[in-house]
Amino acid sequence: MPRTFTFIGKTEDFTTDNGGNIVNTAFIVAPQGVIVIDSGPSLRYGQQMRRAIATVTAKPIALVINTHHHPDHFLGNQAFADVPIAALAETRNGIAADGNAFAENLFRMSGDWMKGTEVQIPGKTLNAGRFDVAGRSLRLVALDGHTGADLVIVDDSSGVVFAGDLVFNGRAPTTPHADVAHWLAALDQLDALTREASFKVLLPGHGAPTADAAPIRQTRAWLTWLSATMRDAAKAGLDMNDTLALPLPPEFAALPVAASEYRRSVGHLFPAAEQDALGAKR
Amino acid sequence: MKYPLTIAAIALAALMPPAEAAALRESGDPLASARWSEMQKAFLAGAPVVFDPRVKVIAPSTAENPMQVPVTVDATALAGVVEVVVFADFNPIVQVLRFFPEDAPAFLGFRVKLQQSTPVRAAVRTADGVWHVGGTWVNTVGGGCTAPSAAGGSKEWQQRLNEVSGRQWSEGPNAGRLRMRIVHPMDTGLVAGTPAFFLEEINFADTAGKRLMRVQTYEPVSENPVFTLQRTSADGPVEATGKDNNGNAFKARIDQ
Repeated sequence: MPRTFTFIGKTEDFTTDNGGNIVNTAFIVAPQGVIVIDSGPSLRYGQQMRRAIATVTAKPIALVINTHHHPDHFLGNQAFADVPIAALAETRNGIAADGNAFAENLFRMSGDWMKGTEVQIPGKTLNAGRFDVAGRSLRLVALDGHTGADLVIVDDSSGVVFAGDLVFNGRAPTTPHADVAHWLAALDQLDALTREASFKVLLPGHGAPTADAAPIRQTRAWLTWLSATMRDAAKAGLDMNDTLALPLPPEFAALPVAASEYRRSVGHLFPAAEQDALGAKR
Repeated sequence: MKYPLTIAAIALAALMPPAEAAALRESGDPLASARWSEMQKAFLAGAPVVFDPRVKVIAPSTAENPMQVPVTVDATALAGVVEVVVFADFNPIVQVLRFFPEDAPAFLGFRVKLQQSTPVRAAVRTADGVWHVGGTWVNTVGGGCTAPSAAGGSKEWQQRLNEVSGRQWSEGPNAGRLRMRIVHPMDTGLVAGTPAFFLEEINFADTAGKRLMRVQTYEPVSENPVFTLQRTSADGPVEATGKDNNGNAFKARIDQ
């Protein structure tokens, strides 16, 4: 019987109250060891995770995988410094390049919970395809769109699809490194994975797991609306402040952190829409 | 100094509805900035000053990206605007830009680099010599002026320096609007090894040569600046000309 566990974070932004526990992480108890999927936002989170893992199995940690280079998914690596840590090549590069700046930002937002946290760059490179580890055969699907490299892990023996931050459930998606067109294409591929006979559970990077593709549709609806809003605003002659002031449509306004993620996304995505509307080369 | 200030405020108040007149303040910075008296000395010395709610400075209360903080200055509720100076009290380079509306109303949108949380203010000089001051606080996490420009990481800007794109809108809710983007690193000189390199003057004129607005820009204006102007009517193309502090000039036509 495959045993797969997840730690579900809050659908909030980083605060000194939640300490950055806003992300989903997971682990698989495989025949020859434990496979950890994402390590959380801090050393302290990683340590707690490791203690929790020890309460359900005596098996050693075989491998830690980072799904992408955002800080809430890799800053717990330090607690696993004695075991191999792996990620896609571009994710490793991203952590090496931006890790310290990300960590600084989390110290500012989560405060004391971050104490002692330092960047631990994954030492191993993962490639797309079949991947055998600790007696378990996983499928690694290399996608992009949320960041430049987003790893989706499919565990056929349990039927779990670990979607990383390509999928948000009941929380507005974040876009600091997003390419929306690529992201939408990635969601189509994820959708296909949920239609496979072995599919049982979809684990989003943020928000509750589901037994269906509903969070994929929700993420797609938000991104489609967001990019259309940027394009239409720029075409109509709005500037960034005008675009920031647009009201959220009712179907999205109630989504947790919708207003703050919209404001951020305007900063991330409006300049490119504006360049297109003004006829600037990109 | 007290006497002429009072005269100015009384004269203004007489022309305004009571609620607006009550909001006019001669002293006591509404943004409660420790730097205000310094700012007043640097930019508005020797002239009467009032805090005036008719000077609208629109910016997000929290800046997501300190390199590109959108700011809109709207002083169109004031008559006879001669000059507008925009500054940020706590920025390492305080002065952002000055603009001189002529045939276009006193309205300008742009983006700015902010190093830390600061008031962003517009002081608007009217023909009677009075400075009307408005502003808003912007909270930011820093790095705006001492972070390298994106251009620093590539050579592409050298081929595209001063490349202008833009559009005017002649109908719809934004009729009369003109938006222009220009490729320029706008280096502040505060990054080690990168000297200050920034646009310092931009003129907008219609094809008959009538000037809409003159803008003097300084280091804190964001990389690849984007400007938003509002014409009373979008009547024909606009010619934008200008130069940077190294003498690189540009000239471009913005069509509808």
